[in-house]
Amino acid sequence: MTVRFDVNGRRAEVAVEPRTSLADCLRHHLGLTGTHLACEHGVCGACTVLVDGEAVRSCLMLAVQAEGRSVVTVEGLSNDAALSPLQAAFRRHHALQCGFCTPGMITTAHALLTEEPDADADRIREVLSGNLCRCTGYVGIVEAVLEARAAYRGHKADAAS
Amino acid sequence: MTSRRTNTYIGAAIERFEDLRFLRGRGIYVDDVPHATTLHAAILRSSVAHGLIRVLDATEARRRPGVVAVITAAEIGPVPVIPIRLAAWPSLEPFVQPVIAADRVRFVGEPIAVVVADTAARAEDALEAIALEIEPLPVVADRDASAAGAILLFPGAASNRAITYEGRKGDAAAAFRSADYTRREHFSVQRHTAIHMEPRGIMAEWDRIWGRLTIWGASKVPYPNRKILAGQIGVDPALIDMIENDAGGGFGVRGEFYPEDFLIPFAARHVGRAVKWIEDRREHLIAANHAREVECTLEIACRRDGRILAFRGHARADLGAYVRTNGVMGPRNVAQILSGPYDVANIEMDVELLLTNKTPAGTYRAPGRFEADFFRERLIEMAARDLGIDRIAFRRMNLVPTTAMPYALATINPLESTTHCDSGDFRQTLDRCLAEFDWATKSRLSGADREGRRHGVAVSCYIEGGASGPREDARLILEPDGTLSVHVGSSSVGQGVETIFAQIAADALGVPIERLRSVRHGSTGLVTEGFGAYSSRSTVMGGSAVLDAAAKLEAQIRARAAARFGCAPDAVLLRDGTAIGPDLAAIDYAALAGDGLVADGTFLNERRTHSYGAHAAHVSVDPRTGHVAVHDYVAVEDVGRIINPETLHGQTVGAIVQGLGGALLEHLVYDGEGQLLTGSLADYLMPTASDFPVIRGVALEEHPSPVNPLGAKGAGEGGIIPVGGVIANAVADALAAEGVQPTALPLSPPRVWALVEAARNGRK
Repeated sequence: MTVRFDVNGRRAEVAVEPRTSLADCLRHHLGLTGTHLACEHGVCGACTVLVDGEAVRSCLMLAVQAEGRSVVTVEGLSNDAALSPLQAAFRRHHALQCGFCTPGMITTAHALLTEEPDADADRIREVLSGNLCRCTGYVGIVEAVLEARAAYRGHKADAAS
Repeated sequence: MTSRRTNTYIGAAIERFEDLRFLRGRGIYVDDVPHATTLHAAILRSSVAHGLIRVLDATEARRRPGVVAVITAAEIGPVPVIPIRLAAWPSLEPFVQPVIAADRVRFVGEPIAVVVADTAARAEDALEAIALEIEPLPVVADRDASAAGAILLFPGAASNRAITYEGRKGDAAAAFRSADYTRREHFSVQRHTAIHMEPRGIMAEWDRIWGRLTIWGASKVPYPNRKILAGQIGVDPALIDMIENDAGGGFGVRGEFYPEDFLIPFAARHVGRAVKWIEDRREHLIAANHAREVECTLEIACRRDGRILAFRGHARADLGAYVRTNGVMGPRNVAQILSGPYDVANIEMDVELLLTNKTPAGTYRAPGRFEADFFRERLIEMAARDLGIDRIAFRRMNLVPTTAMPYALATINPLESTTHCDSGDFRQTLDRCLAEFDWATKSRLSGADREGRRHGVAVSCYIEGGASGPREDARLILEPDGTLSVHVGSSSVGQGVETIFAQIAADALGVPIERLRSVRHGSTGLVTEGFGAYSSRSTVMGGSAVLDAAAKLEAQIRARAAARFGCAPDAVLLRDGTAIGPDLAAIDYAALAGDGLVADGTFLNERRTHSYGAHAAHVSVDPRTGHVAVHDYVAVEDVGRIINPETLHGQTVGAIVQGLGGALLEHLVYDGEGQLLTGSLADYLMPTASDFPVIRGVALEEHPSPVNPLGAKGAGEGGIIPVGGVIANAVADALAAEGVQPTALPLSPPRVWALVEAARNGRK
């Protein structure tokens, strides 16, 4: 069946099986391989994408459920010219090693800071506790998100629009 | 005249090259490799821990939509076995794993058939159409059943015991006879493992015309794996290309040769197409290597003043159903590094390796070292307390003194394997750790009750051996445009070696790091020989090979420049990518490169480096729930030479948190029928962002390694080694009033609560 939704600001029209997950659809039908699958049972958070601005596990959502919605993946939060402030903070704080959980961390942190640009370390840890990372021990990740808050302040209204 | 030996990049916190693609979601992991026409494989695995295959019929499955082939042992013919890569020994041979079960299964998760179909979903659908009947056999569920031998797992073997390693030094029996004090305890570490975030995956393509195999997803040890596959499949290794893609973590588990490393290439040749297999998490939990399941009865003998005279012990490792490529290394290491950083003249340590009907074991970051340190540091803590000696004074008095370097550890028989600590001042890292931790203040909290939680502290010392072994090659290329490329055989599993090798090469050649255009690693087409990433060796071994290649490339550049200048080669000054002649004329390397200059370097070293250090922890325990909170954790290590402090710090902190997982959370639990009860990440608990907020690490480079030109020491594993011992000792400190003495990991809430209850009931 055909499903139509916006992905990273572009219209997508994809023929999928009803059982195809949004994650598989993004990765295999749309070539957006930045979204990673590490558990496929909703625990690890690596596949987190934004659906209408909300952080969602794309392994637990069917592609057909995205009909008419707006999906943003890590590719949609990136550009060629420069790293975003959040990405640059991750690099500066060595908040990634193997990079596999990183797209889910970026999307989750982006959703958090868009809503709560003043989130403190405890709040950041609480929200990120739904995303597993096996390399870093999370210390650098939390430091990076704390630092990136500045870039989100004052943009809340824009992001929500 | 020699060129300037800069040290601009080595030691600097250079931001990683890799991050630019990872942060944008542009890493190419094996499932991301573009391939328009690949088929997909799914694997039928045994759901029975021990049994005989009575019916296996894929007729119906082959008729299912999209199915191209179903491969069982019958299609393969004589079933190859997976050879042992490390510490091979004749007694291990009956226990190696066949690449597919032909008539008998020995663990839940063992491959029985491979379905190849046009989509992964259809391949999985067709698994259900395979008729399979397994006649159950009695299950060897644990070490006791294995040792008893009433059920023999391998018809060709007289017992379920693969080998017993003997760690030997001095005369332990005599030392125990003359000791003022001895104590014996039984300890155990639970089965747990790496759980890297990207599951395993392989894509293989068979080129019918040229008879070539291309394999994506190679990792860790691509060169040895190519050799194994070539032998099994009957293809010249030179016709097999192993391609290393980005890899989502390894920690010892990824990249060993598993059954799938044969089955998927075989399937590709069988169907004459590209075939891809991407492991799912449940498969990973039952099929990839487990680790760490070792129990140990350990005795210590001391003089009255606390000087350790001897260790004597007997350990038993649960190796699971087969001896895999590196399965013996953890237990072997227990026998060798039991004494850790301490000067112990007499050691008698036996480690039995027992087969059971569980997933086979392999190495996980700091194999055997995590386990041995837990056993030793717990027993030392008890001995110090028994003898009324301050636990820090006890440790300090027993540390190997600097003057005793190189210091021999126990010899491992029957391998006759020896190793030495290469250099170091163990007291220095202990003292620095105590200072960083503020032991003087925090230790006043020992046993204190704060709002119902009991506080405790502990400190432990450790050594981390690594970074030796087979030769690594490196190739440095001066490209026609004056940029440089580095090719190395050692591989990356996410540690950041691209940046590290660029730093080493840029410094060795005295060029700005921006000149390093590409660093490629791990794929067999790049250099003649390589081995891979294990035992914290990539930086030391690959980096030393880069140094060698750099010296050779520099000689070539110098010779070309000298010809241009009409001077002697050693009259040329090389600086910042420019050759300067005696009359101060300057030529950029680009003008000297011609079609490109290539230099090959190599490094071989059989002597291990030993990083070392100390860790301290402050915990609190809620006796009502058994919950352990970690309030502060400090690691101090000396790694010989720091190449990149950021990536090193990342290794340290990441390893500590993994260790905290092993100490407090992670457990692969089996029932008596050999079924894994923790088969998802909802059941197998790993540390999350909210668990351990305060982790601090300090790295020193006071004592460079004398055994490689960099002076660096392997440093990827040290962070995990002492964690189990430190945490258990801190819990014991917190609950000293109750007399709680943890002897088994993990210290999960139910277990700590039960220890508290047992201690209280015992006192009544």
